[in-house]
Amino acid sequence: MSKIKSRVLIPKREPLERLKDFNEVALGYSEKEALEEASRCIQCPSKPCVQGCPVEIDIPRFIKLIRERRYEEAYKVIKDKCPIPAITGRVCPQEKQCEKLCTLAKFGKPIAIGALERFVADWAREKGVYIEVRNSNFNSKNGKIAVIGSGPAGIVVASDLLRLGYEVTIFEALHVPGGVLTYGIPEFRLPKRIVNDEIKCLVESGVNIELGFIVGKTITIYDLLKEFNAIFIGTGAGHPRFLEIPGENLSYIYTANEFLTRINLMKAYLFPYYDTPIRKGKYVAVIGGGNTAMDAARSALRLGAEKVFVLYRRTKSEMPARREEIANAEEEGVEFIFLVQPIEFIGNSLGAVSEIKLMKMRLGEPDETGRPKPIPTDETISIQVDVVINAIGFHPNPLVPMTTPEIKVDKRGRIIVDKEGRTTMPKVYAGGDIVVGEGTVIEAMGWGRIAARTIDRDMSFL
Amino acid sequence: MANSYRVLRKRILASGIKEMDIYAPRIARVAMPGQFIMVMADEGGERIPLTLVDWSKVEGWIRIVFQEVGVSTMKLGLFEPGESLYYVSGPHGTPTHVSKLNTVVIVAGGVAIAAAYPIAKAFRDVGSRVISIIGAKNSSLLIYEEEIKSVSTEIHISTDDGSRGIRGFTSDVLESLLASGLKPDLVWMVGPTIMMKVCSAIAKRYGVRAVASLNPIMVCGMGMCGACRIRVDGRIRFACFEGPEFDASSVEWDELILRLQMYREEEQLSLKRFLEGGGHI
Ligand SMILES: Cc1cc2nc3c(=O)[nH]c(=O)nc-3n(C[C@H](O)[C@H](O)[C@H](O)COP(=O)(O)OP(=O)(O)OC[C@H]3O[C@@H](n4cnc5c(N)ncnc54)[C@H](O)[C@@H]3O)c2cc1C
Ligand SMILES: Cc1cc2nc3c(=O)[nH]c(=O)nc-3n(C[C@H](O)[C@H](O)[C@H](O)COP(=O)(O)OP(=O)(O)OC[C@H]3O[C@@H](n4cnc5c(N)ncnc54)[C@H](O)[C@@H]3O)c2cc1C
Ligand code: SF4
Ligand code: SF4
Ligand code: FES
Repeated sequence: MSKIKSRVLIPKREPLERLKDFNEVALGYSEKEALEEASRCIQCPSKPCVQGCPVEIDIPRFIKLIRERRYEEAYKVIKDKCPIPAITGRVCPQEKQCEKLCTLAKFGKPIAIGALERFVADWAREKGVYIEVRNSNFNSKNGKIAVIGSGPAGIVVASDLLRLGYEVTIFEALHVPGGVLTYGIPEFRLPKRIVNDEIKCLVESGVNIELGFIVGKTITIYDLLKEFNAIFIGTGAGHPRFLEIPGENLSYIYTANEFLTRINLMKAYLFPYYDTPIRKGKYVAVIGGGNTAMDAARSALRLGAEKVFVLYRRTKSEMPARREEIANAEEEGVEFIFLVQPIEFIGNSLGAVSEIKLMKMRLGEPDETGRPKPIPTDETISIQVDVVINAIGFHPNPLVPMTTPEIKVDKRGRIIVDKEGRTTMPKVYAGGDIVVGEGTVIEAMGWGRIAARTIDRDMSFL
Repeated sequence: MANSYRVLRKRILASGIKEMDIYAPRIARVAMPGQFIMVMADEGGERIPLTLVDWSKVEGWIRIVFQEVGVSTMKLGLFEPGESLYYVSGPHGTPTHVSKLNTVVIVAGGVAIAAAYPIAKAFRDVGSRVISIIGAKNSSLLIYEEEIKSVSTEIHISTDDGSRGIRGFTSDVLESLLASGLKPDLVWMVGPTIMMKVCSAIAKRYGVRAVASLNPIMVCGMGMCGACRIRVDGRIRFACFEGPEFDASSVEWDELILRLQMYREEEQLSLKRFLEGGGHI
């Protein structure tokens, strides 16, 4: 099998060039590249790749249609299962999903399913192909569904139930829909015009989106139940965690959410043309080792930092971030300091952070996550900084459960659901990060799909 | 997707201080004293918090009072009746805990006198004796005197230059009232952070419980970003949804004061650009 051709790499902009702006880094396949990559797929009859896709895209079928240059039909096949393919094609951790189960992965050369999905979705956007998501039995069901949160989980529930003929309204607290897709993931990985277009498509198909509605404050779950037959909660895990060490409230210590929200949602990278400011540090430290940390570090470089350090308490091989994103960060000049744990922030007379004290760590026995546990040594070091970004993680958003005691949460604040997405409150369903803690876009979408099916089934019994 | 947050009325209360009624029925329906809204004047604007000063469930409007201190508040001040703001959300924050008390002292300074109005009214409505202390730099900047008077049992006024009421700060008035033997059940305060810090220390000295409505910088207003975090009793708390009111004696005031100055440089740059561009949207 050594004759298996290598994967066609997705073209990227050069590091020095891409650091100058927030434009997208990965450029996407040309038609020729897409055709070449598609030709590698061996069309396995048992479709193992599909098992790895939580929204069950018929992968071999759309790849076959690419080969035949029937892009519009390929798009239809994808859209049939995934309402936002231009997004999933870009940000899905494919190496842990569809591509992991691809037969060719055994030879280290899985099909670049994500890149092909992106190619088709971008082709359709450019050609203005728009696929009506309602199906023929529209209006055959009647029921009104409220979806809380417009992140990936909410988007799938809305799109699935709309197709089944329900009337769907999404309630979103912020002024732009999309959840983390809009406020978290940076422009250089996921251009916001793409998110806008995908959501516009949903609105044009008939989903109603109400912005500026904070469920639990503007309206309660109880009020919503008077008007809607069922409610889906997809409010995500956007509540930042803290290190709980001295000095954490010094100025210019950001949570990753604040840093990224200022940049992505509020466009602070275009300040003063947009009004929201952000502190552009010279020496920036990012604490954490996940995707959020990579996004924050790479954003800080683009704002003009001289040096950006990622401080992580384990080593590179334990970092939860996608390999591709770690490699991108390295190429761009992000420096990594491993086996360190911040123990104190020190500030200057103006209350601005100026130094981080770090405890050196060593790796011990594996902990409950299976990764070696970092153990403090008795050695400390210090680094000089002027901006710090805390990217250690999030808690589930507490607003809805806080105001609705019938909805039970576990001790980590995650809404408890059964296997089919039902919460402990009748007619109320939940999915995505609010249920799993910190997951991924595609996992959240998978939860949305399950909940939509359950809602439809439960409604049929009414 | 678009909602219309139409400006219904606008009144200039003092130089640079404006009152605005906005059509926002779903906020008016559930608003409670002590809560606030997040506002964006236009699409490129900042999300800024402003206190709900008054509202009408029946007519569907909410009222804000703001001082034009930077680009966001200046942009807001440009809106005229009939025009619509880009975005308004709310009500944010935990409502004031209002109960019948013998005596409540309300201390409010500057533009925040308006923010104290719904609180004074709520305590008065449940039958508490309300003693209000309001203050401003000078008489021309003193707003909402009539409104506060209408919901207070007693009113005290101070100005920094003595052009109206007592010459001095609201904290001086608080100090002298407590020194003269007044024993309120609660001192409730809103205003410049330094004023609240001083009043909090005075209340503590006299063993009086005090609550302060804090004004940290905010971005999301819903517990997502952590911009509004403050330290109370040594713990990090989110002012936007656990607050904005906290036990005044437990707040780390100096930290809050420093955090409020974080964007001085950027704010000045932004303001310069805005004014050089003609000061319009
Ligand atoms: C910086 C960053 C980078 C990431 N990168 C990737 C990646 O590359 N690939 C990947 O697969 N995953 C990534 N993730 C994770 C992924 O984004 C999340 O797992 C996913 O978005 C969760 O979707 P969700 O629908 O559950 O919630 P969210 O996307 O969090 O959306 C929740 C929405 O609900 C709204 N909301 C909250 N409370 C209320 C309320 N009370 N009323 C109304 N609305 C409310 C919020 O404003 C938000 O819009 C990343 C996460 C972050 C933070
Ligand atoms: C819960 C809450 C309720 C508020 N209610 C009101 C209100 O009813 N009326 C009102 O006029 N203001 C209120 N504020 C303050 C208001 O949000 C700020 O004045 C506004 O954000 C300033 O924006 P700007 O761009 O116009 O000025 P900027 O350019 O951001 O700032 C200009 C000057 O104002 C100071 N400043 C900035 N933010 C604040 C702040 N949050 N508090 C105090 N000073 C600040 C800066 O230090 C600077 O000196 C409230 C704040 C909070 C947190
Ligand atoms: S949606 Fe994600 S998991 Fe599914 S096929 Fe596309 S890239 Fe793979
Ligand atoms: S497993 Fe891989 S090779 Fe087989 S059909 Fe799926 S994508 Fe093609
Ligand atoms: S303002 Fe964002 S968490 Fe409070």
